[in-house]
Amino acid sequence: MAPVLELEGITKRFGAIEAIRGIDFAVEPGEVVGLMGDNGAGKSTLCRIIAGTFAPTTGTLRLNGHEVHFRRPSDAREEGVEMVHQDLALCDNLTAALNVFLGREITFGFGPFRFLDRGKMQARAGELFAELKSETRPGELVKRMSGGQRQAVAIARTRLSEPKVVLLDEPTAAISVRQVAEVLELIRRLRDAGIAVILISHRAPDVFAVCDRVAVLRRGEKVADKPVGATSPEEVTGLITGAIEYA
Amino acid sequence: MTTRELGRPSIDYVGLLARFAAPLFLLFLVVLFAVLEPRFLHPLNLMNILRQVSIMGLVAVGMTFVILTAGIDLSVGSVVALAGLVGAYVAKGGLDDRFAVGAAAAAGNPVILAVLAAVAVGAACGAMQGAAITRLRVPPFVVTLGGLTAFRGLALIFSGGGPISGFSPAFVWWGQGRIYGVPVPVIVFALVAAVAHIVLRYTRFGLWIYATGGNSAASELNGVPIRRATFSAYVIVGLLSGLAGFILSARLNSAEAVAGLQLELDVIAAVVIGGTSLFGGIGSIFGTVVGVVLIGVLRNGLVLMNVSSFVQQILIGLILVLAVAVDQRAALRRS
Repeated sequence: MAPVLELEGITKRFGAIEAIRGIDFAVEPGEVVGLMGDNGAGKSTLCRIIAGTFAPTTGTLRLNGHEVHFRRPSDAREEGVEMVHQDLALCDNLTAALNVFLGREITFGFGPFRFLDRGKMQARAGELFAELKSETRPGELVKRMSGGQRQAVAIARTRLSEPKVVLLDEPTAAISVRQVAEVLELIRRLRDAGIAVILISHRAPDVFAVCDRVAVLRRGEKVADKPVGATSPEEVTGLITGAIEYA
Repeated sequence: MTTRELGRPSIDYVGLLARFAAPLFLLFLVVLFAVLEPRFLHPLNLMNILRQVSIMGLVAVGMTFVILTAGIDLSVGSVVALAGLVGAYVAKGGLDDRFAVGAAAAAGNPVILAVLAAVAVGAACGAMQGAAITRLRVPPFVVTLGGLTAFRGLALIFSGGGPISGFSPAFVWWGQGRIYGVPVPVIVFALVAAVAHIVLRYTRFGLWIYATGGNSAASELNGVPIRRATFSAYVIVGLLSGLAGFILSARLNSAEAVAGLQLELDVIAAVVIGGTSLFGGIGSIFGTVVGVVLIGVLRNGLVLMNVSSFVQQILIGLILVLAVAVDQRAALRRS
């Protein structure tokens, strides 16, 4: 299958510091790729380039074979690249439905007089939560929700449009074991919908549970990219720390 | 996930109490004063209370927008004075006959120009402060503290220290007139509060105000124009302070540079007593109206009962702290 997202020779410098260097990377529709590496290895930088937070210094990004240049996150969103941030980027003072639609509100009215269509947003958010098989009530304040439900709200957001690629930044870092299972289930649902998923994680068990492939970054370079069946948590750990050079 | 989370959420009594604390306390005060002093409930007295609070109320409506974005505006009293003077100046067509009364007072420009001038000056003050906050990234407290002294100074220079008084009947009507027995300032306040309520509750801009105050970083990541929302909030409070300044001039038939001294304290107290969180993201215009009326009722009732105005100040201070304490308890219980 043709890759939906392709990166070629992506390098990013911040002043004298080279955060990532010559990264080639591709994901196919319906594929879940784990992106692993130690703190400072360049995982976040790479993700932010894909999600449009900043542009690469050199290298090209292609979506469905077409070269794209994102200048801001909304550009990436328009092309079907959605990101779930590590802190989920939720407003605790708003309901789940309003959080899902934040920045892309549904309105009705005429001319300059436009009003929020809370009913429609509530209903659509409810559908998205149901698709994700999540016990999340659209009318409830996010403040009162569990970690798993909060993840569901952030993931539901990515499905408002027809996303091609969804990036998840450490979605399992700050939640309980039981909720981790919930989140991994959410990721499988994205995959089943034919969406390419990039999962950034520190946790080898999660990556091995849900991913088809794992890529390892170390000090800004990609040192491994192979199917999970062809590697092991031990090998990945060795690659992350540098005990194993390349694989 | 526990069964309790799956079922209906348990009723949050402290939260409910916090939500209705201000209206309940207002009701309690009304009943208390009605029992202790029958004159309190006289329609004329009730209208008086509303008229007294309507000017502060206009500013408080604007302040609600600002506090919802987790900001603050300390400059409102000074903006009221400056805008009131500019409105008076325009109405008079200059400072030549600043104390004129009678026929001479009718000369000058139409009242509508005076209103527009006052509102424009207020909005400009708000825009300057909003720009300093969103572009220069100076904290709102500091920017508007600067505005508090700078706009007062500007008002003093503009007026040359003296008042501008004696306006046309059409001008004074905005402060002293009545429509079907209801004072004009009360009607203006009610209209402004109603529009503000609709904007905050039912429009995308209103949602952006709440989102910015709730989590500005998250809002920005989701494409909410947080700087535009924040800037607009300061323009709105400036604009409404300008309108309040005009109405105050009309009510007193005089504009002076010392008008609205310490108004910011009353206004912030009213907004906070009405349940709007100083941390942003939580609150409503309904709450602010309750807070404004509550302060008016308390003042009026205590005056009727011959309680010294010094004691009033103490009581308002205590209620303010109590209101925030109840809020904090509710917030703790929720998290």
